[in-house]
This record gives sequence, C-alpha cells and structure tokens, in this order.
Amino acid sequence: MCGTCRCQTDTSISTSEIAAHQLLQLHQNLLTKNDRLAEHNRTLFRHLLAINILSSPGAGKTTLVQRLLRERDLMAGADPLHSHPIPLQAGVIVGDLASDRDAQRLRQTGVPVVQINSGELCHLEADTVAQAAQQLDLANLHLLIIENVGNLVCPAAFDLGEDLRLVLMSVTEGEDKPLKYPTLFKTAHAVIISKIDLADMVGFKRDEALRHLHLIAPQALIFELSATTGEGLASFYAYLGQAIFQCRDKTP
Amino acid sequence: MHEVGLMQTALTMALNHAQAAGASRIHDLTLRVGMASGVVPEALAFAFDIVSAGTAAEGAELRLETIPTRCYCPHCQQEFQPADWVYECPNCQDISTDIRQGQDLELASLEVS
Repeated sequence: MCGTCRCQTDTSISTSEIAAHQLLQLHQNLLTKNDRLAEHNRTLFRHLLAINILSSPGAGKTTLVQRLLRERDLMAGADPLHSHPIPLQAGVIVGDLASDRDAQRLRQTGVPVVQINSGELCHLEADTVAQAAQQLDLANLHLLIIENVGNLVCPAAFDLGEDLRLVLMSVTEGEDKPLKYPTLFKTAHAVIISKIDLADMVGFKRDEALRHLHLIAPQALIFELSATTGEGLASFYAYLGQAIFQCRDKTP
Repeated sequence: MHEVGLMQTALTMALNHAQAAGASRIHDLTLRVGMASGVVPEALAFAFDIVSAGTAAEGAELRLETIPTRCYCPHCQQEFQPADWVYECPNCQDISTDIRQGQDLELASLEVS
C-alpha cells in the first residue's frame, strides 16, 4: 500500500523511474512537409500563371483544358486593356492513377504535356508536380495548367504551389457538391459550372447551386460555361488572360 | 484525407524528438486536430495503432484534441464559432471567409522516458 494516501499503488515503481518521464511541448505542424515543397514550387512558378484544376471524375476538366489550349491565343487577346506576348506558351501536367489518354488528347493541341501516373495515390502532391515540371521548359512558359486527379476529397489539402485553384462541377452532378465537399470548395479561387448546354436536359437547379456556392464558398468567382458549345468561355478567358498578365509583375 | 500518411509523419517527428531528448519510450502523444482541417480524428487513431506497432511508441496513449473552428466577421468586428460548414455570422448573417482557428493539425506534445 502507498504510504502517502494508502491506495493500492504498486510501490515497487521507484520515484526515480516516474521522475524520468519528460513532457515535451512541440506544437509541430504536420502539414509542413507538403507546404514547404509547395512554396518551393511557388518560387519556380513565379514568372508564370500556375493553375490547379480539380473536380470529380468526368466533370469535364480535360475537355475544358483542351479547348482552352486550342484557343490560347484568344485568351491572350481577350482582355483589350492589357497586352501580352503572343503566342501564349503553355505547358500541362496531368495526373491520373493510370493511362495517358488525357495527355494524348492534350498533346494534340501542340502544347507540351507531362503525364503523372500516380499509381494508388489519389491526388497530386507538391513533390510529384515539381518532378514533372522539370520535364517542361518552365522558364519560357506563361501558363502552367495542372490537371489534378479526378477526386473532390484528397486533393483539397495539398497545395501544389499554384496561383489559382479552379474547381469544376458539372450540371450533371446536381446542386449539392459544395455542401458535400466543403473543404475543397472553400479553397477555390473560382468555381466553374461546366456542361451548361446539358442543364435543361438534366433539370439542373441553377439558383440552388449558386445559393450553395454562396453559403460554402463565398470567396469564389463563378463561371458558367460549356467547353463543347463555347458558351460562357469569353469571360473565363478574360479572367485567365488578366491573371497571366498580372503574373508578369509577381514578386519572386 | 490521408490519416495514415499524416500519422506516419507525426510518429516520425515524435520518434526523432524522443531520441533527441535521450528517451527510449513514448508513453503519450497529443495531437491537435482543427475542425476545419478536413482530418478525421477516428481515422488518425486507427492509423496510429497500425503505424506505431514495433516502434518505441507502441502501446502509447494517443490523445486527440479537437480544436473548434472560429471565424471573424469584418462587418460586426467580432469572432464567432460557426455551427457547421456554413460560416454565417450569428449577428448579421454574412458568410465569413476569414478563418481564425480550426485549420491546424499539429503534434502538440509527447510524454517520454
């Protein structure tokens, strides 16, 4: 029995053993590793506009990127108040678990594309993007498009060093995506509602979608477009064109 | 989220700190998980059992402190704690984009010997 309070503590544990326990106050951020690598990417990308495009599988990322690249010189001239070098030099990094079909489609636009096959990894991270970027002539690019793995969950937490994070949601996915994936939508600079040519056919409730976006992601600009018909692309190109121009003045 | 990878990172940090302090066993780890971080505490606990096996942290107690989300309303000039993922100011109903607390994920402390 313990001599102090008469509890049944095993007094064979010496006080010196108990006193040897140290309490270490650390307060160490667990997300530092990717964040540090992302800042390194930011330095690499300082002279260009880097965009991270995210969505669920099948929302239309590749189709939009394909159209954007085909019309990239339209983008260069889209904002009449600013001028920047034409032709626009672009590069793409695309992530998928397997296959290089997206890269093949995008290469048809004449732009260099690096395909990352992430294997079991369901999102891109700053280090894999840095490695892929080494295969591009970054110094001579104005625009780097990173097409993330189709996934609304995991990519949210991984800063890739991008300037703009664009989240796509297609009208065929309904109105609830922002409510269901708040973590991702709260990190978006812009949300693109895609496939608007199909909106009536699928009974898309536009007002509800916009209301959900306002509740969850009030910080995000909203673009509504169709990469197949071209509707709504003009204002999106103006936005990107202005962002590309502003990148020339980015401080390193 | 990737709780196994995060737990592995936490464990590596913990083992390094324990070694630096001249300790051979970790008895207790405390993690602070922000409610807006997107990380699920239960998944961290599950991951800990797996990754700590065979290490100096095997059998250690894992404490998970949940840190509530706090936002700031620039119109009312005050902080508030949102009820859910809609960061609505209880005073003026504006939606806040200024998160002051809740996004952190940290290895707070260790008890070693």
